[in-house]
Amino acid sequence: MNTMSLLVFDGLLLLSIVGLAWASLATTDIRRGVILFIAFGLLLAVAWGRLLAPDVALAEAAIGAGLSGALLLAAVHRQPRPLPPGSANDSMNRGTAAVSMAVRWAVTLLSAALAGTLAWALLHAFSSTPHDMLPRAISGNLAASGVSNPVTAVLLNFRAYDTLLELAVLLTAVLGIFSLGQATPGYRPAGPIFDGLVRWLVPVLILMAGYLLWVGAHAPGGAFQAGATLAAAGVVLRLAGRSRIGLPDGFMLRIVMAAGVGVFLLVGLSLLLLGRPFLAYPPAWAGALILLIETAAMLSIAATLLLAFLGGQPESTGVKAAANRQREELPRC
Amino acid sequence: MLTTQILYALAGCVIMALGLRGALLHASLLQRIVAINVMGAGVFMLLIAVAYRGPGLPPDPVPHALVLTGIVVAVSATALALALVRRLHAEQDDD
Repeated sequence: MNTMSLLVFDGLLLLSIVGLAWASLATTDIRRGVILFIAFGLLLAVAWGRLLAPDVALAEAAIGAGLSGALLLAAVHRQPRPLPPGSANDSMNRGTAAVSMAVRWAVTLLSAALAGTLAWALLHAFSSTPHDMLPRAISGNLAASGVSNPVTAVLLNFRAYDTLLELAVLLTAVLGIFSLGQATPGYRPAGPIFDGLVRWLVPVLILMAGYLLWVGAHAPGGAFQAGATLAAAGVVLRLAGRSRIGLPDGFMLRIVMAAGVGVFLLVGLSLLLLGRPFLAYPPAWAGALILLIETAAMLSIAATLLLAFLGGQPESTGVKAAANRQREELPRC
Repeated sequence: MLTTQILYALAGCVIMALGLRGALLHASLLQRIVAINVMGAGVFMLLIAVAYRGPGLPPDPVPHALVLTGIVVAVSATALALALVRRLHAEQDDD
C-alpha cells in the first residue's frame, strides 16, 4: 500500500475511534454506551495491528473489548430499574449529571488543557532523536531470554517483576470481589441453536488458548491472551445456562486462583536458593521456566476473569459449602 | 518525525481528555467506569504510538509489554469497581 492510502486509512480509523469514544460517553443510555465502548475496543485492536503491536491487539480484542464488554453488559443487565425522577437517589442512576453549566465548562476546559499540554510535550519529545538504548539492549540479549518474541521476553524475563506484581493485582481484585458478596444467579438454559454453538465453540476456545500459550514464545500470544480465551469459554458456558462452567470447587479453586503468583514466587525463590538473583533464570532453563510460569499464570488469569464475570464467590456444589451457607445464612445477594 | 506516530499520539491525547471529562462529569457510576476505561485506552494509544518506529522497523517492545500489563490491570480494576457498584445498589435497595 502506498503512503497516501495509508494516511487516509489512519485518518478514517482515528476519526472512528475518537468518534466512538465520544459517542459512548455522550449518550445517557448506559446499554448503548457500553455497546459503543465494545466497538471502540475492537477498533483499537485494529489500530494496535496498524502500529505493529499484534500482541497488544490480541489482548485488546480478547480482554479490553471482549471480557470488559461482557462484564459491563452483565452489570447493565443487573442495574436496578431507574427510580422515579425527583427521588433522593435519582442522580445515582440517571446518566445526566446534576452539575451546573459552569462546572461542565470548567471540567471540559481542564481536560482540553491537559490534552494540549500532553500533546505539546509529546511533539517536543518526538522532534528530538529517539533513545534506542532499551530496544537495542533487548534485541542484544534476546538470545539469552529463552524466547524469541521480544514482548514475551520483556514480560516474563527482563521485567518479570512487573508481571509478578500484575498477577498479584489480579489476585487482590478477585479477593475484593469475593468479599463483596456471592455470585449472581446463573442464566436460563439456552435454546437448541445457542446450545449447539456452545458445543462447538468451547472446545475450539480451549484449543485456541493452548495454542496462544505455546506460540507466545516466538510469535504474538502468551499467558494473558490465552487466559482471556480460556475465560471466554467459561463465559460462553455460563451464558448458555450451564451450572458447571469449568471452575473447580472449594480448595482447588483457591489453588488455581493463586497458582500464577505462587509458581512465579516459587521459581524466583528457588533461583535465590541456587545463588542467582531473584527471577534471573539461567539461560539454558529460561524457556522451560517461562512456559511453566505462563501455564500457571494462564490458569489463574482465566479463573480470575471468570470469577469477575460471576461477580462473587461461586455457589459450590460441595457438601462443605452447603454447611457453610447454613452456618452463615447470608442476609442478601 | 513520523506522521503516523504523531497522528496516533494526538488521537491518544484527545481520547484521554474525553475519558477524563466523562469520568468527572457523569453521575452514573457505570458510565464513570466506562469513562475511566476510555481514558486508559487513550494512554495506551500514546504508549503504542511512542513505541512505533515506522514501517518495516521493529517497534520498541517495552511500551507494548507495559500496555499489555495495563490492559489486564484495567480489566481487574473494572471488575472490582463493578462489584462495588453492585453492592452499593444492593445496600440502597435495602434502605
